[in-house]
Amino acid sequence: MSKPPPTARNEWPLWEVFIRGQHGMSHRHVGSLHAPDAEMAIKNARDVYTRRNEGVSIWVVEATKITASSPSEKGPMYEPALSKVYRHPTFFDIPEDVGAM
Amino acid sequence: MHAPLFEFLLRQGDNTLILSHRVSEWCGHAPVLEEDIALANIALDLLGQAQMWLGLAGEVEGAGRSADDFAMLRDVWDFRNAILVERPNGHFGQTMMRQFLFDAYHVELLTDLTKSSDARIAAIAAKSLKEVEYHVERSATTIVALGDGTQESHARMQAALDDQWTFAGELFETDAGDTALNEKCIAPLPSSLRDRFDARAKKVLGEATLAIPDTSFAHSGGRSGKQHSEHLGHLLTQMQWLQRAYPGATW
Repeated sequence: MSKPPPTARNEWPLWEVFIRGQHGMSHRHVGSLHAPDAEMAIKNARDVYTRRNEGVSIWVVEATKITASSPSEKGPMYEPALSKVYRHPTFFDIPEDVGAM
Repeated sequence: MHAPLFEFLLRQGDNTLILSHRVSEWCGHAPVLEEDIALANIALDLLGQAQMWLGLAGEVEGAGRSADDFAMLRDVWDFRNAILVERPNGHFGQTMMRQFLFDAYHVELLTDLTKSSDARIAAIAAKSLKEVEYHVERSATTIVALGDGTQESHARMQAALDDQWTFAGELFETDAGDTALNEKCIAPLPSSLRDRFDARAKKVLGEATLAIPDTSFAHSGGRSGKQHSEHLGHLLTQMQWLQRAYPGATW
């Protein structure tokens, strides 16, 4: 177990920002920012990441609350899936007017 | 030309233009990147509103003056903004206090103007209101965070409020022109916005643990153009210098 990094004095926590571009799409990670609390993080995200009309919905998550997979476990995590082409639904024809799946 | 209407449009245009310029002075200087971008957004919102108000003022005047002409080629005594918005930024807390006081007035004014009997005014107000509802939410949140923050931030915000409060009163000054516009349902009486402003100020400043100064004194002279503060001239030298040095320059 590694120790959490020491927090710098007066530093606001880091928030990861997810934005949904249009109805029916999923939220996508767009970047991160600093804010004192969740409410301000939403406001800051609105000002930093949606000023060119990019979104209809914003999620923010405190970066420390995210559990990430470890890059050193890449082999056992992902390589077994490489050889299993039958898991891809590429053998079906999807009509174009179905839109985003 | 309808003189009270022209005067009214200049007042809206100048309040938004001058405050926009003041807020834009933070660009690249705000305490954190996120605030820097937020302030730039607010400045740009206000500049867009100024363009609409002054553009309409030009139409109403009918003398061929554009929004740019009003912004860049008038001198101090022609401006009709309240003194509050021309005051220097001070520190970040002072800027946010000025912003909150203006936003709290602005949002009530625009709400009423969306019902104006003049369709052009109602349209500008409707577009602006969406922006200003966000402005007031943001400035109020910041006021509460800083007012109800540390001992130092509280003391600075109380000093900022003591310093600015007497400049807010001018926003509600009501003259014969305002009465004439109100009779035609073009615009509300500024004085009629005061109760709603006070209610919001009381709520937000109360939450921020700040005490509203016990005075009814109000500085005056900006919206009539009779006596601006010494700060407006300095602001104009910076805002207008390019058009003054290179008349007619475009890009």
